[in-house]
Amino acid sequence: MASTIRVRAVAGADTTEVQSLIQHPMDSGFVKDAKGELIPPHHIEVVQFEHGGKTVFTALWGPAVSKDPYLKFGFKGGKKGDDLKVSWVDNKGASDTLTAKIQ
Amino acid sequence: MNEFSDAPDSARRTVLKAAVAGGLAGLGLGSFPFPAFADADAKDFPADAFKQKSEADALKALYGKSAEASDKVNLDAPEIAENGAVVPIAITSTLPGVTGIAVLVLENPFTLAAAYKIPEGTQAQVASRLKMAKTSKVVAVVESGGKLYSATKEVKVTVGGCGG
Repeated sequence: MASTIRVRAVAGADTTEVQSLIQHPMDSGFVKDAKGELIPPHHIEVVQFEHGGKTVFTALWGPAVSKDPYLKFGFKGGKKGDDLKVSWVDNKGASDTLTAKIQ
Repeated sequence: MNEFSDAPDSARRTVLKAAVAGGLAGLGLGSFPFPAFADADAKDFPADAFKQKSEADALKALYGKSAEASDKVNLDAPEIAENGAVVPIAITSTLPGVTGIAVLVLENPFTLAAAYKIPEGTQAQVASRLKMAKTSKVVAVVESGGKLYSATKEVKVTVGGCGG
């Protein structure tokens, strides 16, 4: 299966700008399905970005984050061709990781 | 009859045993190596903070203190969100030494929507999309130098994002 993570990191003069999209239902636990039964909460809890063996960004997400979450941030350093590792884990213990090259 | 019909039974069993032994040895050798770096860990998740129903309780559970309003926290959110399921929220701050950013939607069932850890060297800015149950104040909180600063903006929602 293709990765759930899509990430684009572009190195600028001083900072690297990172945009990511993760495929995930992000069920809040308040929505009912067609039968009128509540869909239990199912959402990503932690997303971590690593560059050069250092965590550069950690997102902690509750169920209020939208489906297929989008994220944008920037960090100092990072060169074209460097690895950027993205990993997430959700409230059911599922996880995924992806290592992308900075552009 | 198949093509092995002329082989003696004992020979076939030997072949089977060898195959089983080989399979077990393969499993033993294939034990998983430990990852070089720790991935996202669910233990980092402050589940308690995400269950709070008021701004003060959520901030207390997350940071152990309360926030004061500051014009150095910049919250970019739409005045009117047509679809409450996808409300773009961007937060930036000009404060020095920012270590954390949190977003709260006061009218949502659970107030705290997202929290971000900002290590040294990472910019004090984040953009993402949130669900909003109804028209609500959105509060951006920035942790800087051990203190909390906030900015508030009301977002009108015409179609909620948390209802059925």
